[in-house]
Amino acid sequence: MTGLLFLLPVALLLGGLGLAAFLWSLHSGQYDDMDGAAERILVDDD
Amino acid sequence: MNCCGPNADAALSLPSAAARGPSREELALSSRTLPGGMRQTDLSVPGVHCGACMTNIEAALGRLDGVDHARVNLSTKRVSVRWRENAGAPDIAEALGRLGYESHLFEQGADDKDETLAELIRGLGIAGFAAGNIMLLSVSVWSGATDATRDLFHWISALIALPALAYAGRIFFRSAWGALRNGRTNMDVPISIGILLAYSMSLYDTANSGPHAYFDASASLLFFLLIGRTLDHVMRERARVAVKGLARLAARGATVLNPDGSSAYLPVSDIKPGTHILLSAGERVPVDARVLKGRSELDCAIVSGESDPVAVETGAALRAGTLNLTGPLTIEATAAAQDSFLAEMMRLMEAAESGRGGYRRIADRAAALYAPILHLTAFLTFIGWMVAAGNWHQAITIAIAVLIITCPCALGLAVPIVQVAAARRLFENGIMVKDGSAMERLAEVDTVVFDKTGTLTLGMPRLVNAGEVSPEALALAAAIGLHSRHPISRALAEIPGEKPAKEWAFDAVEEIPGFGLEARSGTDTYRLGRAAWALPVANGATGTVLSKNGTRLAEFIFEDRLRAGAMAAVSALRDKGLAIEIVSGDRPDAVASVAAALGIDQFSSGVLPNGKVARLEALKAERRKVMMVGDGLNDAPALAAAHVSMAPASAADIGRSAADFVFLRESLSAIPLALATSSEASRLIRQNLILAIVYNAVAVPIALLGYVTPLVAALAMSGSSVIVIANGLRLGTGKTRSPRPAAGQGQPFSTKEAMAS
Repeated sequence: MTGLLFLLPVALLLGGLGLAAFLWSLHSGQYDDMDGAAERILVDDD
Repeated sequence: MNCCGPNADAALSLPSAAARGPSREELALSSRTLPGGMRQTDLSVPGVHCGACMTNIEAALGRLDGVDHARVNLSTKRVSVRWRENAGAPDIAEALGRLGYESHLFEQGADDKDETLAELIRGLGIAGFAAGNIMLLSVSVWSGATDATRDLFHWISALIALPALAYAGRIFFRSAWGALRNGRTNMDVPISIGILLAYSMSLYDTANSGPHAYFDASASLLFFLLIGRTLDHVMRERARVAVKGLARLAARGATVLNPDGSSAYLPVSDIKPGTHILLSAGERVPVDARVLKGRSELDCAIVSGESDPVAVETGAALRAGTLNLTGPLTIEATAAAQDSFLAEMMRLMEAAESGRGGYRRIADRAAALYAPILHLTAFLTFIGWMVAAGNWHQAITIAIAVLIITCPCALGLAVPIVQVAAARRLFENGIMVKDGSAMERLAEVDTVVFDKTGTLTLGMPRLVNAGEVSPEALALAAAIGLHSRHPISRALAEIPGEKPAKEWAFDAVEEIPGFGLEARSGTDTYRLGRAAWALPVANGATGTVLSKNGTRLAEFIFEDRLRAGAMAAVSALRDKGLAIEIVSGDRPDAVASVAAALGIDQFSSGVLPNGKVARLEALKAERRKVMMVGDGLNDAPALAAAHVSMAPASAADIGRSAADFVFLRESLSAIPLALATSSEASRLIRQNLILAIVYNAVAVPIALLGYVTPLVAALAMSGSSVIVIANGLRLGTGKTRSPRPAAGQGQPFSTKEAMAS
């Protein structure tokens, strides 16, 4: 049972991290141009 | 990545009048101010479609003077350019034109970040997080956690569910509250009641160490319903953005001549009656006006439906929105922008729009029936168990189980998922749908009313006797034609495959408005235009003639042509038993010949904009469901009045925004395709509603008898949602190829009239 005290916060923290990362990526406009991002990876910038 | 012929994506075949792109003055007028002396201009560039286009454009624009930064958004097909204010507006449109891309300004203001979508997606993320974590804890409870552990898990679930409900749930609570306050009920009312009751009951149970809690049900219910809501929104948004990217056909500003002789470029809203305006060839008339000086021809197709250019001279009245084709004009404004023809159409549209307000969406109609039954069942369950067992706690728990199990999860997903799949299929075929209700309305249509110019026909002349003209004369005519915007000249200049064989070097090319073009090369004088002018003696020749020093080289015959697929589309509609009618503003003989070519018996000509609306009202009075297909400014009120409406991408701005469907490709085969997809979608929606009813018929008795534990509720809910989604997605997978006639095969019809100036 003591394992729970330790595992539960860890599980919630990891889930929360995922959620925070998603909200951050949304906010920083990473989904604004999905097609463009797919093409830009192939462009050589030099 | 060498796919790039710009505009190879022929999806956007816009009228060539817009090909020039916005001028520098217009760019400056529409740009936004940024901090640090910078300005930003956003342009829609429909031709961008791969990585190479993207890098080409960014590199070319980045090299322009004063440009700080240019970035292409490939998804929305837009370019945003930041430039330094002190350097003046860079000529972005011209740079894009040199690369071969058309560019358009689009409406500013309403274009800010889509807040609703952001809220929906954030809600979706939070609800998904909550549902997932609570489900993990619930599974532990179902697998046998007891006593203190179970209570602990329930408490944690309650803690996670609370912010999720508060944040993600408010989208539903808001809409439910709005409906209740107005004495109505919609789908969100039972959803909100179910979620809130389940949560508070579970909280009470948790406090009393009860064995069952419905936290997982309330969180996953929210999650599923938000998926439906988000999909619905994304669909509408995509169509809106795509339509907004099309060319604006109304003038944004005009060059005003001040009394002291200076000139300035002013926005249309600043133009007052009496202002003198310089209108060069290729510009649209900004406000209703009168010609003071000059001679030219106007393209009125988009305003009145007339297919032939109209010659104007000093004193002639011009209507806002017409396009000046050949010569520069000095005009005097006779009305301010808000009193011009365009504004009058807007008012007519607003008046006409009320007709459509009566339509209620299938989901809402289902909800109006379903919600009271749902509430009544839950209430009766509560009463029944109170009477039978006398235990209020047990009675409430069972009543909540009934609410949750019957909660219109399947309904909330059933309709949007089908409409999203249908919209996607239409999108792939170049048809934009404004919203789901448009598709539902389209499936009910029994009458189709067409406009003629620009809708059934292209409104552009095409050469029909190319075979009889020597290639050399044709190349010469094309080379001269390049110098004018007149539809005939453009038709000659754009003859496919007949690029000028050698560069013709003319010393001077002059356009004589009302007559034609005169080109001088050494001692030779070429004339291309009206026969009576190009030849000293017009011995029987009519139409457009090319002459060299007065001797005839060639004679050209032009015809307006039907849009590709017009014939097939009309016969497909007729086969479906729809009544077809043409209501046009053009001359009777022009309308009659198109009607005859298409085999349409019902037609009227010379109809004014309010006449079109009156015709639609008359049809409505006969209880017909009318689809209006039109493109002009004069069609806009009718588009708004019809049960459902459709416009080509080349339509006037307000017509496009009034229409429910906008098709981007030239072919009219879009109409039967949209019709077929809509009726298929409405069939699937009905199937889904029946599935939901069957599910309820099975699940409700079980819930009524009190056998529904949280585990059963979770299984039943996800099960029904998955079935409904799977059924809805059948629309996307079945790639039915609708009749698509070979592109560009417009059928000429027989108006043997020479369309010379």
